[in-house]
Amino acid sequence: MITAGADIGSSSSKILILEDGEKILSAVVIPVGTGSSGPDRAFAQALDQAGLTRDKLGYIVATGYGRRHFEADRQFSEITCHARGIAWLMPEARTIIDIGGQDAKAIRIEPGGSVGSFIMNDKCAAGTGRFLDVMSRVLEVDVSELAALADESKQEAAISSTCTVFAESEVISQLAQAARREDVAAGVIRSVVRRCAGLVKRVGPEAPVVMTGGVSLNPLAVRFMQEELSIPVMAASRPQLTGALGAALLAARELSKLKAGAL
Amino acid sequence: MSEKPPSAKKMLNQCITQHFIDAATAKAKGEPVGWATSIFPQEFCETMGLQMVYPENFAAIIAAKHGAQAILDIAEGEGYDVDICSYAKLGLGHIKEQIAEIPLPLPDFVCCCNNICNTVLKWFENIATELNIPLLLIDVPYNHNYEPTPHSIAYIRAQFDKIISQLEEITGRSFDQNRFEEVMRTSNRVSRAWKKAIDMGRTIPAPLNGFDSFNFMALIVEARGNEQTAVVFEKLVEELEEKAAQGESCYPEGEKYRFMWDGIACWPYVGQNMRSFKDKHINIVTSTFPDAWLLMYEPGNLDELARAYTMVGNNACMEFQADRRTQSLREFNVDGMLFHINRSCKVMDFMQYEQHRQVFKRTGIPIATFDGDQADPRNFSPAQFETRLEALTEMIDQRKDAKAKRGDA
Repeated sequence: MITAGADIGSSSSKILILEDGEKILSAVVIPVGTGSSGPDRAFAQALDQAGLTRDKLGYIVATGYGRRHFEADRQFSEITCHARGIAWLMPEARTIIDIGGQDAKAIRIEPGGSVGSFIMNDKCAAGTGRFLDVMSRVLEVDVSELAALADESKQEAAISSTCTVFAESEVISQLAQAARREDVAAGVIRSVVRRCAGLVKRVGPEAPVVMTGGVSLNPLAVRFMQEELSIPVMAASRPQLTGALGAALLAARELSKLKAGAL
Repeated sequence: MSEKPPSAKKMLNQCITQHFIDAATAKAKGEPVGWATSIFPQEFCETMGLQMVYPENFAAIIAAKHGAQAILDIAEGEGYDVDICSYAKLGLGHIKEQIAEIPLPLPDFVCCCNNICNTVLKWFENIATELNIPLLLIDVPYNHNYEPTPHSIAYIRAQFDKIISQLEEITGRSFDQNRFEEVMRTSNRVSRAWKKAIDMGRTIPAPLNGFDSFNFMALIVEARGNEQTAVVFEKLVEELEEKAAQGESCYPEGEKYRFMWDGIACWPYVGQNMRSFKDKHINIVTSTFPDAWLLMYEPGNLDELARAYTMVGNNACMEFQADRRTQSLREFNVDGMLFHINRSCKVMDFMQYEQHRQVFKRTGIPIATFDGDQADPRNFSPAQFETRLEALTEMIDQRKDAKAKRGDA
């Protein structure tokens, strides 16, 4: 039984192919999302890596912002998919913090992976990957290099603005006044984490807390989140793929149900 | 062959249209027409035979017809900030330039009661100042306990005398106590019928689509003391009882999820919301604000009138509000709750964050929030709404599956 999960976000396309609901055959992340060539390219690469053709897939579940534009058998929300994915990777996890390209969410999960409650960000980019994208551009680094830059910080810069646009002005202003790029980078990461931590506190985090989504590739973001919440926080392994993994697992479940119904 | 009597919905539309016609006709004849806030004690103006219009209703209709942005631009061009309540801005924009599809007559006097919020105070004061017209104000203190205090009731009741004398001055007529009691009797009849109608949401499956109840609500806002309103609601009850007896849902395929909607409707996207709900077979079986117009009292009793108008919606303490929500969730067999975090109504939003916590703590019911606005089309994202709605239905499915498995075990 081979199933696929497609997590088509605003900033990236993730495909994961799973065998018998257990073995990951391939997993691909392409850093462009819905509306671009990303979803198709990611799908083609995932099939290629697994040595499969599309017709060999028994069931496909799509999730994420672009889920309705991807050809799939069923759609599930990214909340359900992330919960399912993390429950498989780390069954003991009780809280998920997913910081994606344009939204952030905190999810409490029950044993077994069902969603206990969830909160998503209010209409605001400040606690999301978009904030880091904007600031990285000002700091003239790729967002993947932001953590390394911030690691060299000696004194974290304070960024007081909540709004991404205002914060950008603030960062430009600080750099113009000869603040160290390393210190500003650390302040930028602190800012996005602090904003997101406010969201997490609303859901009432319970340890173990796991971070998923692209921002959790930044080890400083994970460390800062732990400081803000005062409970242990870890990044999921391959944090960009938990949604696609959850989707593939749900696809396996749906396919099993279909087969059981057919008997 | 005898003609089939009109449906409640048809009667509703006729009443709403007639209401606008009557207001325009009165204005053309030189009769005074007033604007009132949605829960201003209508009994006084109805007694005086005055044509009243409700700019909040006007704003909702304009927003639902996608006509809000142009009028908001007028108000914002005047200097009213983008963050100000969109109902207020639509009213203020309309005062400046009447470009709306609906010919709402400008007021000759305004009636403001802040039992809903304090934004209305400045909104209506601004109108009165700009147009140089009388402002009739009933100031209602916030209730910090389950019951309004005696001094609060006395304070509200004392303001009624001034309202009456202002209305006598505006109309040149005397206040008729017998007519007043008659209006209160009619209003009670309307409230009773309204309660019966919205309580039909308790039936499983519920025969009334929650968004339809929002539409019918327009009539209880603008014509609660009018006998025709009672006729419409009684017809609605009759229709719903018939459907309930047949076990009919509001959807041909039946309801799958029973939701409570918390807050005002997101009028600019009401069509999209309704389609999303219909696709997922979600019925809004109850919501927080139709109850605000269940106002009943002893006819002629001004203390009871004061009491009725103070314990409405946002004006009750947080514990009372949480109790009310919790009770509705249980009585209406609700599966999930959706909070409309309405950018225009900050007082409601700030209460909702705490209500969310309280209600979840008491009931553990699946809850989602979404950002929107009662009339401003710029504050809603369909994709965000869909994601949260889907997550909510998936949570409910998971719980039902888990419950079924436990039941089988």
